[in-house]
Amino acid sequence: MKEIVVISGKGGTGKTSLTATYSFLGGKDVVTADCDVDASDMHLLLQPDFGNPQDYYSGFVAEIDKDACIACGKCIDVCRFNAISSDYEVSPINCEGCGYCQHVCPAKAINLEEQNIGDLYVSNTKLNSKLIHAALGVGADNSGKLVTKVKNEARDVANRLGIETLIVDGSPGIGCPVIASLSGASYVVLVTEPSVSGFHDLKRVYQLVKDFELDAGCIINKYDLNLEITAQIEDFLSEENITHIASFPYDERFSKAMTQGKTIVEYDKWDLNELVKQSWNKIQELI
Amino acid sequence: MKIAIASGKGGTGKTTLSTNLASFLAEKQDVVLVDLDVEEPNAALFVKGDEVEQKEMFKKVPKWDSDACTLCGKCQEVCNFNAVLKLGDEVMVLQELCHACYACSELCPSSALPMVPVRMGKLQYSKKDNLSMVESRLDIGQEQAVPLISQTIDYVDSKFDKDTIKLFDSPPGTSCPVIEATKDADYIVLVTEPTPFGLHDLTIAVKTMRLMGKRFGVVVNRDGIGNSGLIDYCEKEGIDVLARIPNDRRIAELYSHGELLYPHISEFREQLEVLATKLSEVKKDVQ
Repeated sequence: MKEIVVISGKGGTGKTSLTATYSFLGGKDVVTADCDVDASDMHLLLQPDFGNPQDYYSGFVAEIDKDACIACGKCIDVCRFNAISSDYEVSPINCEGCGYCQHVCPAKAINLEEQNIGDLYVSNTKLNSKLIHAALGVGADNSGKLVTKVKNEARDVANRLGIETLIVDGSPGIGCPVIASLSGASYVVLVTEPSVSGFHDLKRVYQLVKDFELDAGCIINKYDLNLEITAQIEDFLSEENITHIASFPYDERFSKAMTQGKTIVEYDKWDLNELVKQSWNKIQELI
Repeated sequence: MKIAIASGKGGTGKTTLSTNLASFLAEKQDVVLVDLDVEEPNAALFVKGDEVEQKEMFKKVPKWDSDACTLCGKCQEVCNFNAVLKLGDEVMVLQELCHACYACSELCPSSALPMVPVRMGKLQYSKKDNLSMVESRLDIGQEQAVPLISQTIDYVDSKFDKDTIKLFDSPPGTSCPVIEATKDADYIVLVTEPTPFGLHDLTIAVKTMRLMGKRFGVVVNRDGIGNSGLIDYCEKEGIDVLARIPNDRRIAELYSHGELLYPHISEFREQLEVLATKLSEVKKDVQ
């Protein structure tokens, strides 16, 4: 199976709009995983049925039984996260669920409650293709683990259906959710924009891709906003042997398509449609 | 006063707003801008100053001392993150899974897992006139942003007095790094754009802020694209719309060059004035 992972370093470069479009173009020949679980937006364009919801549990929060508590203060002393107040209330926001307090409590007054951190869906999209996506619970941590769960589920679905291509929408940044979405990738598509910050973030996230020894291609979105930085990005791509897949202009049709809940190829039948289709064909050749 | 600039979706203009607001407020008072988007820090591309201090940042992780270890297995038993594994006659520490709760280290009966520092990134403090800037930058390959964010806030608390306005440029998303960056703030400014993606991610950010019991308001960026869904939502939920920044290609171009906007675009400056007035009301309430 080929896994195409789309990431950007910086947010707002058009990553999700493009990934949803590639998923649309791939149709039933691809399975899609929305691994940007913090800001999962693919469903707004692919209109899935939110099928087979599963609760996803990960991590713990401490609970103190006030009746059993003897107020000895040991839990407060050992907690490195300032999660227990002087009147023995646990802050679920601060609690990391390490359970150190539970081990030192002489009155056995502390329980660890498993946290429901989100829901996971194996959905059918408006094309009747499969989208695996999640809604991260409010204030939840462990998004890296949920990313892994979404990806594994997507691989299982693809295997079951005999589908050879998995498209993954990754999250911004370089930390645990991104690392989780890169693991097992066969090809990385970097979506960037020609701004000082877009280029800066591209270089950082590419360093990560390089450390994983993955092949990558790059799409320069909104290339005409700053032709000077576009040229610098192109130089960077050739120095690093990153395939320059395509450049797209700054065009509000992308936002307009999104506002109507459409991918760009559904909204636009002209030049953008053609450009984006060409880029998808090129990605398929590259993998 | 601490103000965090956050958003659910990436690329909605957090850094644009933070850097411009910081420079604008610093015309009249002491301000420190703190870049807590440690995975992809960009604020320093827009706000330059003279270096005051630079330091390496470390987190503590347990290190196995094979001579002291009696292989009792207590460490593996108490670790809720599967970060300490006893494999045969060895103990292995998986640093990236460790949350530095100290449980294994302090509960080890033979003190065989002392906590030792490992580098996770670096901090830079620079200053020009009234405007100080503190940036932390996670090393590539490090997965956890939270310890670096937390230590950066501690650093800022130790260096700046209560009267200095502290602006936290937060990471995107709604999970652990965002919670860490916003939990100490007196007020949160949520920046979003009036598109379905922007609205969807904002609703999750709003739920998170409400769960944390935070005061917050919304700044609409790229006002004019998309639809009225965002404004309708804010009205229905009784959320303050603090300012509305117009959609303008000139803004995107200036941003791409790393320029501040308000010196060039009067409508932008007007919106900053509106925002600054609202924030000074918040400051009175906080005091």
